[in-house]
Amino acid sequence: MMTFSLWDILRNLLNGAALTAVLSITAFVLGSLAGLAILFARISKYRAPRAFAKLYIEAFQGTPLLLQLFMLFFGLSLFGLDVPAWLAACLGLMLFTSAFLAEIWRGCVESVPRGQWEASASLALTYGEQMRHVILPQAMRVAIAPTVGFAVQVVKGTAVTSIIGFAELTKTGSMIANATYQPFLVYVLVALGYFALCYPLSWYAQRLERKFHAPRTN
Amino acid sequence: MPLVQTNRLHKFYGTNHVLKGIKLDVEEGEVVTIIGRSGSGKSTLLRTLNGLESIDDGTIEVDGTALVAGEGDLRALRQKVGMVFQQFNLFPHLSAGQNVMLAPQVVKGTNKREAAEIAREMLARVGLDQKFDAFPDQLSGGQQQRVAIARALAMSPKVLLCDEITSALDPELVNEVLTVVRRLASEGMTLIMVTHEMRFAREVSDKLVFMHEGRVHESGHPQEMFAQPATPEFANFIRSLH
Amino acid sequence: MAYQFDFTFIPDYAGMLGQGVAYTLGLTVFGGVLGIAIGIGGAISRLWKIRPFDGLYQCYVELFRNTPFLVQLFLIFFGLPSLGIKLVEWQAAMLAMVLNLGAYSTEIIRAGLQATPKGQLEAAESLAFTRRETFFYVMLRPALLKVWPALSSQLVISMLGSSVCSQISAEELTFVANFIQSRNFRAFETYFLTTAIYFGLAVMIRQLLGAIGRYAIARRAAS
Repeated sequence: MMTFSLWDILRNLLNGAALTAVLSITAFVLGSLAGLAILFARISKYRAPRAFAKLYIEAFQGTPLLLQLFMLFFGLSLFGLDVPAWLAACLGLMLFTSAFLAEIWRGCVESVPRGQWEASASLALTYGEQMRHVILPQAMRVAIAPTVGFAVQVVKGTAVTSIIGFAELTKTGSMIANATYQPFLVYVLVALGYFALCYPLSWYAQRLERKFHAPRTN
Repeated sequence: MPLVQTNRLHKFYGTNHVLKGIKLDVEEGEVVTIIGRSGSGKSTLLRTLNGLESIDDGTIEVDGTALVAGEGDLRALRQKVGMVFQQFNLFPHLSAGQNVMLAPQVVKGTNKREAAEIAREMLARVGLDQKFDAFPDQLSGGQQQRVAIARALAMSPKVLLCDEITSALDPELVNEVLTVVRRLASEGMTLIMVTHEMRFAREVSDKLVFMHEGRVHESGHPQEMFAQPATPEFANFIRSLH
Repeated sequence: MAYQFDFTFIPDYAGMLGQGVAYTLGLTVFGGVLGIAIGIGGAISRLWKIRPFDGLYQCYVELFRNTPFLVQLFLIFFGLPSLGIKLVEWQAAMLAMVLNLGAYSTEIIRAGLQATPKGQLEAAESLAFTRRETFFYVMLRPALLKVWPALSSQLVISMLGSSVCSQISAEELTFVANFIQSRNFRAFETYFLTTAIYFGLAVMIRQLLGAIGRYAIARRAAS
């Protein structure tokens, strides 16, 4: 039987944690871009894109991430595509992220007072110009804190991709736990790994929240 | 021909008929004040004049640019009609100067240097040239409203709409804004106002329009109207002011 | 050859799916009720800085909110036996749900309590209320009503998240789906159906909790 030193365990877990970080960042960046597209559809002047975006967001927010991954995995294989676990993981988390971010950002756009729309309209700005110069700059300010906060959900969401076989931190942990017969130690270390990735983001999000919600001085 | 002309203007909110065939003529250089109880449709009328409220029937024409039952070139209309709001609505992420510069740059394509020049000139007109770099939350309510006026003036509008522009101000700040409006009036700016400052309205207006239940109930020269109300509703309205 | 969708398996497994739904709802309701109870306790001790509970609660909340539910579940189910605590599947799943929802509820309820207007507290003080009276009569009910929407959406999120309990063989809805697709080799259809059921449950829970919230507000207005 192979024996594992504590260093062996740590080394493997660190590799898993690195994959978790890479997956999180990839999903978050791609998800943000897709989320921006969904956001614009959701706040569009036209009914069809609005309806599509609403359905998209509700579908992803109303179903388990695990099932979304299963559907993607098995759905794509119906088309004869052999989807590797890492691709399904990236794609699934990206779609999941885009739906949640679009909804968070929609709230931020809607939090910009009506008077801002009216004032910029009365100055003859078009819808696109209003968005670009008046609404989005203000919405972005409000959006920073909840967006950073959601990054924590993305990192935690990556754990679910272990179930479709992506060898990130949780999957690595499971394999080592089985091999070493030290499940408690291993899962505590796994949990600490996630904590180390998530806590700084949570902390930063909270700080931003306090900063932007500080009573205004006027 | 009048600068601003509306004909048979109708507006519904659902089944609520808020404007019932408004006809309003405003000559160039004229100062017109619309008064009436809340719910009489006066603010709605003002807001239709630059397309913030759509209309269901009738026409609006400003200096040759027409809206017919809501169809027409809104962008062209809005370049001729400036508006100042009760709540100022300055853009909080931009400095006073940038607030004034934005529309000339974006809508008219004025370059940055020229836009800044225009902004300085407009801020000077409202007595705030030294506040170019201040942000809205660093300004008093009266100062914010004056920047809002400068912002509207920067587009060189043919007519300026003022929607209860002193109602949100502390009493001691009302005068500085009224002084600016008074000066604009004396410079020949065409103004259409909704206001509760009755004394001010009597002083600067060339024409008073009393609205009642979605109609122009009575209109004329302010001194004459106040001296001899033609309708019981307007007489009642005057009495309720005291 | 075009793929032919086949949902004819549904009648055969309807009973099993029903049991899965019941299990999932059981986890959610149990987790929700106990979680909110923990949350109220946590919010009180954090708010009044009751030592050492406030510190312990803070660690608990931060740890559970910053680690994945799946890892919490594994730690409880696979890890605790090393410490001599052996839990069967449903116990581990329940415990994980309760602890996870407890952490979120603590934060949500604390925010609601903290948002109590100062004037309310001063009014209570001027009426010579004790701290406990103030809490129960002035702070708790309005705070819960205020954060009810946040608690509701957290409950829906946790219900959806409970699908990973299948990984410790707790026989909830996703576990049932895994079982069915291993029998009928219709993975896509099975998961599609299951996803739709989750969606239905999410909508239902949201409506139900929304109705409860409106009822509570109406009753307050009436009393």
